[in-house]
Amino acid sequence: MASGKEIKGKIGSIKNTQKITSAMEMVAASKMKKAQERMASGRPYAENMLKVIGHIAHGDLEYRHPYLEEREVKRVGYIVISTDRGLCGGLNTNEFKLVSQDVKKWRDQGVEVDFAALGSKACGFFNRFGGSVLAAESGIGDAPSVSDVVGLVRVMLDAYDEGKIDRLYLVYNNFVNTMAQQPVINQLLPLPKSDDKSLEHRWDYIYEPDPKPILEMLMVRYIESQVYQGVVENAASEQAARMVAMKAATDNAGNLIDELQLVYNKARQAAITQEISEIVGGAAAV
Amino acid sequence: MAAMTVHLDVVSAEEQIFSGRVETIQVTGSEGELGIHPGHAPLITALKPGMVRLVKQHGHEEMIYIAGGVLEVQPGNVTVLADVAVRAEDLDESAAEEAKRRAEEHIANPGTDFDYAEAAVELAEAIAQLRLIQKLRKK
Repeated sequence: MASGKEIKGKIGSIKNTQKITSAMEMVAASKMKKAQERMASGRPYAENMLKVIGHIAHGDLEYRHPYLEEREVKRVGYIVISTDRGLCGGLNTNEFKLVSQDVKKWRDQGVEVDFAALGSKACGFFNRFGGSVLAAESGIGDAPSVSDVVGLVRVMLDAYDEGKIDRLYLVYNNFVNTMAQQPVINQLLPLPKSDDKSLEHRWDYIYEPDPKPILEMLMVRYIESQVYQGVVENAASEQAARMVAMKAATDNAGNLIDELQLVYNKARQAAITQEISEIVGGAAAV
Repeated sequence: MAAMTVHLDVVSAEEQIFSGRVETIQVTGSEGELGIHPGHAPLITALKPGMVRLVKQHGHEEMIYIAGGVLEVQPGNVTVLADVAVRAEDLDESAAEEAKRRAEEHIANPGTDFDYAEAAVELAEAIAQLRLIQKLRKK
């Protein structure tokens, strides 16, 4: 049995760890609130943008934008949004697992993949994973802005324009609620069609002034808004996941301390008993 | 008889400004003022800095300032995707005056890192805000 001093030392170190995890839990909780607000305020724009884009994808437009054409898939691109830091439970692992499965499906069909990694965890993972990483960006921080994602989006759009990739997906952790975050893969390009049945007849817009510049502007805004929304959703998910993970860690540390305290008390008791019996034995011998 | 209405969403990158049924909408398109009534043909246009005037059911009017964006019209619903949108009552007149003065000054004495297009946009935004404020006051 370990000596009393050793156990005491262990208890002390676990207590220190517990202090750290409980502090991290509180920090994550307060950051989550802000991240959630940011996410909620950005949602209407992203949703309405998606709605408009869904309409456009259905129309018989006089100017066929390249983003509307379904091409034969020879290569696909993924924009993967991850966290910058660890200690947030299985958030990144689950996301990367989902991507790996999806990638395997494409590879079985002989389709190669490209990645754009947003967040240092994704950068690290996809460099090891194999497949080419076209763009990597990390260190966006807690208050992301649209300009942070523009560069990376540009790289992927250029690759799409040049025909290097024929499909573009966005992967991030969708914030369901504090306890649940769901990794999702959304198709960005070519534009996903909305399910609105009333749009299935032939129609076109009236454009002011010309279709090309308007669609051009709208497409870029659409991609940027979707990626930005992915980033803020992921940020909220990260804080929520970290809060839950740190709460579990703090609770586990508490349990461990209780157990060790019990072992320590037993060891102390045993040592006292032994000492007494030694004294009694010694006295009897005299 | 109840008037015909159409569903309108006005959203900016930061928040949802308006969502509901309206009788008519008036916006500043890149080619000029546009009036949208229920049942309008599908239309898509860029918007200039200016106002969105909307008439809600039973004739209640509301004004919103937007700093550019896109308007999409579908027969059943209308969407305004604004870069920045502010309810007219929340506009700050002194800030707009200040912005206008600054932009004019920039254009009058251009520095070395002067960007004419940027300054012109700033000026247009400030003027549009001021016009909307004046219009609101007249009523």
